[in-house]
Amino acid sequence: MIVYLTRRYRFSASHRLHNEAMSETENRETYGKCNNPYGHGHNYFLEVTVSGPVNVTTGMVCNLIDLDGFVHREVLARFDVQNLNLLPEFAQEVPTTENLCSAIHDILKRGFSCAHLEKVRIEETMMNSFEIGSFMR
Amino acid sequence: MVYLTRKAEFAASHYYHNPELSQEENQRLFGKCNNPNGHGHNYVLEVTVKGEVDPRSGFVVDLKQLKETMNREVLDAMDHRFLNKEVPEFAKKIPTTENVAIAIWQRLAPKLTTARLHRVRVYENPDLFVDFYGDE
Repeated sequence: MIVYLTRRYRFSASHRLHNEAMSETENRETYGKCNNPYGHGHNYFLEVTVSGPVNVTTGMVCNLIDLDGFVHREVLARFDVQNLNLLPEFAQEVPTTENLCSAIHDILKRGFSCAHLEKVRIEETMMNSFEIGSFMR
Repeated sequence: MVYLTRKAEFAASHYYHNPELSQEENQRLFGKCNNPNGHGHNYVLEVTVKGEVDPRSGFVVDLKQLKETMNREVLDAMDHRFLNKEVPEFAKKIPTTENVAIAIWQRLAPKLTTARLHRVRVYENPDLFVDFYGDE
């Protein structure tokens, strides 16, 4: 019996959407207000979904001590209260929430082994969200 | 196929303890949740059923019946209860949110006739929820 567990975290960061390969005009047309050279910020919500059978000893899919520890250490410590454009993950990539979602998915996929990673979902604002992973029907 | 979700809320207390493990091991695994006096949550339950829309009623399921089934099978048993001591499923199983979701599925699935149970989602708090889709 497979159970899916989702944990929600929050972090704040700033970014500017700008691609050096595009002209000033093209950047402005593509990214609009998000191209403001001084940047702007969001309170992001991150949802991490893991899955697996329920361990008979603990009654858990995954101990939250392990998941919270990993996410705090490897994700939140890296991105919270940072300017995303200045981080190595976004040296070559525009820090859109699509790319941020993908970067966080990679970190979890590579390093978190206590349960199967199903999905990473990020809300950039109340009005938009991005997800990578399996879609449970 | 149409999916319909009904929400309900219940308040309950629980604690996590496995009698087969030492006190130190219980403390290491469950931390604050191991306090035998228990602690509580306002759980939010979402029950999703699926089915074809009945051409006469326009319903996937009669919401009144679904609400009554949820009240009778789940809320009457779990609302304002100490899960470890008052809900038979947790006499031997630890009442983690995972096991609460499975127990709710097992209580509801046989009682739903017009529409099939699709998902049971249990929020322990706004930052943690569990989904169960039955045996896969």
